[in-house]
Amino acid sequence: MQRIGVFVCHCGSNIAATVDVKKVVEMALKEQGVVHAEDYPYMCSEAGQSRIGEAIAQKKLTGIVVCSCSPRMHEATFRKAAERYGLNPYMVEIANIREHCSWIHKDMEEATEKATILMRAAVAKVHLNAPLQAGESKVTKRALVIGGGIAGIQTAIDIADAGYKVDIVEKTPSIGGRMSQLDKTFPTLDCSACILTPKMVEAAAHENITIHTYSEVEKVSGFVGNFTVDIRKKARMVDIDKCTGCGVCQEKCPSKKTPNEFNRGLNNRSAIYTPFAQAIPNVPVIDTDACIKFKTGKCGVCQKVCQAGAIDYTQKDEIITENYGAIVVATGFDTIKLDQYGEYAYGQSKDVITSLELERVMNAAGPTKGHLERLSDGKAPKEIVFIQCVGSRCSDDRGKPYCSKICCMYTAKHAMLIRDKYPDTNVTVFYIDVRTPGKNFDEFYRRAVEDYGVNYIKGQVGKVIPQPDGSLLVQGVDLLDQKRIMKKADMVVLATAIEPNPDVRKIATMLTASIDTNNFLTEAHPKLRPVESPTAGVFLSGVCQGPKDIPETVAQAGAAAVKVIGLLAKDKLKTNPCTAKSDELLCNGCSTCANVCPYGAITYETKLINDHGIREDRRVAVVNSALCQGCGACTVACPSGAMDLQGFSNRQILAEVDAICR
Amino acid sequence: MSVKNEEFRPVIVAFCCNWCSYAGADLAGSSRLAYPADVKIIRVPCSCRVNPMFILRAFEKGADGVILCGCHPGDCHYSTGNYYARRRMTMLFSMLDFIGVENGRTRVEWVSAAEGVKFSETMNSFVDKIRSLGPNVRLGDLRCKD
Repeated sequence: MQRIGVFVCHCGSNIAATVDVKKVVEMALKEQGVVHAEDYPYMCSEAGQSRIGEAIAQKKLTGIVVCSCSPRMHEATFRKAAERYGLNPYMVEIANIREHCSWIHKDMEEATEKATILMRAAVAKVHLNAPLQAGESKVTKRALVIGGGIAGIQTAIDIADAGYKVDIVEKTPSIGGRMSQLDKTFPTLDCSACILTPKMVEAAAHENITIHTYSEVEKVSGFVGNFTVDIRKKARMVDIDKCTGCGVCQEKCPSKKTPNEFNRGLNNRSAIYTPFAQAIPNVPVIDTDACIKFKTGKCGVCQKVCQAGAIDYTQKDEIITENYGAIVVATGFDTIKLDQYGEYAYGQSKDVITSLELERVMNAAGPTKGHLERLSDGKAPKEIVFIQCVGSRCSDDRGKPYCSKICCMYTAKHAMLIRDKYPDTNVTVFYIDVRTPGKNFDEFYRRAVEDYGVNYIKGQVGKVIPQPDGSLLVQGVDLLDQKRIMKKADMVVLATAIEPNPDVRKIATMLTASIDTNNFLTEAHPKLRPVESPTAGVFLSGVCQGPKDIPETVAQAGAAAVKVIGLLAKDKLKTNPCTAKSDELLCNGCSTCANVCPYGAITYETKLINDHGIREDRRVAVVNSALCQGCGACTVACPSGAMDLQGFSNRQILAEVDAICR
Repeated sequence: MSVKNEEFRPVIVAFCCNWCSYAGADLAGSSRLAYPADVKIIRVPCSCRVNPMFILRAFEKGADGVILCGCHPGDCHYSTGNYYARRRMTMLFSMLDFIGVENGRTRVEWVSAAEGVKFSETMNSFVDKIRSLGPNVRLGDLRCKD
């Protein structure tokens, strides 16, 4: 018979304002096996925990129930406290009377009644708890970073500097990511490439970093400390060891009509290409969809001109398998498609471009060699209109409900740069709100307005109409002056919403990492664990977690690296002891459980079984507790009821059901 | 069985998986998105941990409705658990309907950790449904009768 203590937390007034905690204590004392019950303003505080300790010692408690916030918040706290005071940590159950009760109910009587029932269910469960011992698993001291943008590069460098091996897997032919496409960066106007490329070189030269470009994660198995990952290294058709990066193949390639992804399709590239001049590795890939050799079998110019003999048309995709202790997702973002935003005439006029396209136009390596010109006729624009929040802060399902966070600042940057370089070009910005929270951000925006004379209009644009003379008519409103505005422009720039890289969904599924309705990866706790995924061993870096600018991304990348280092520094991890267990007497060796186990944790052994005096060899299921993750699929699949889950046993859950329905 | 003058307060058991729905319920809580106190949540590691026996027991003990919430298909923390749950519940609910526990009293919903709003809306609509159906016939264990 258990001796159970019930501890009811007020959580200040979070619980006590809606739940009569004294009443819950009173009701707890009426429960069978409850020998102690008390309430306290903050059970999670040091003082609260020591009260639990005292009660464990004085009342010789064998199990405790804490009625408090969600177990996802403080179960670990109370388990540790119990352990400190000599009780097995798995003899602790939490009744969630805050998130599931006091915060959602207003009526005190109703909330108290519900809290009492939740307390009862937890007491009923703890009656059936058994002490469990956590096992140990080893840690593979190597990390995987998925994505080679600034987030992935920074995370990898920080982990590698701590002395651990890191692999970067990047989908495109080069690392560098979105940042390599940018011209200047706010609020200091640093040249993006100038600050990024040293980092790229550092990552590539680092003895602890291995970079797999033009590669994708294909399959992930295992668990924290012990992931096994299949990486598809796509065929480059160029031998990375032989290529000298001279670039002759790209010059001579006769197929030059493929839209250049790096320049957002504003110009064309050859079929054999490196995305940009500073690419790492500086080794081209052959786009087999565009290559004449692959399409018709005739050509082979690149092979003929390559003095290093690096071109190899017979290369095949290669799958490599590696083991990792931790995985960091740094898959970044893209801008949304503008198909549904017909009113801005994007796609109808070449002079309506997105801000990322403007970055390429303003960049010296871009399609116009850095000259600001209209893409339709090459003329210098005299009137430029920027439209903010295109697809951001959107209440319908065309766009995104969130603020993309970076647009206000990069628009101020674009406006300032244009006014600086082309003082006779007028710049107008239509905005909903100007959001500039960040170090030196508002000062930067004010400089754009006050020193550079950028014309900011609070109001939205309803329509952009291409005119027969090639100009654009922008119809908008000025909300402050309460008037409609018709403005002729030579160029319109759309601050297009950003969204997580479309591949992230696939990756999240492989990692069993959760994702929100906007496809941003969910963090383990929105405030306190912002760089960890709820899936142990999976960490988040950069925009895959939510919109961020470069400084924030770099900071988060470092934070993710610290978490990874903290994990890899351990030799052993404690495993979750709530694993499946088979009753050998009931097991008939049918293999049903092994078939549903996603971890291959169940094997079969022939064992000598003593079944009530009958001794015979039987084939029985054996659970490898190091592999079992405790989902419980096998427990329900087992036709003979032999399989049960420790910590969530059939009897425990039935006891909870009974207590609730009582 | 007729509803008495006092308002019918159904007993509703919600099984929520630890990784998505339970976290979704927590988010509903911290966002103060109300739903009736009739709903009592039992935490399970995965929706696939829910044995049909648990649901039968709930109806035997007087539950008026049982809802099972898990991660969205494809998002299961254990990769495939919610698919097993979905199949098992399809079978079970069909059988329950056959023996007199209407389909409206049982439900499977996918609620992610980020869907506090969906959790609250789901619970509100489920409670409304159960209230409209009225008290349930209690399943009996005939093995114990003479």
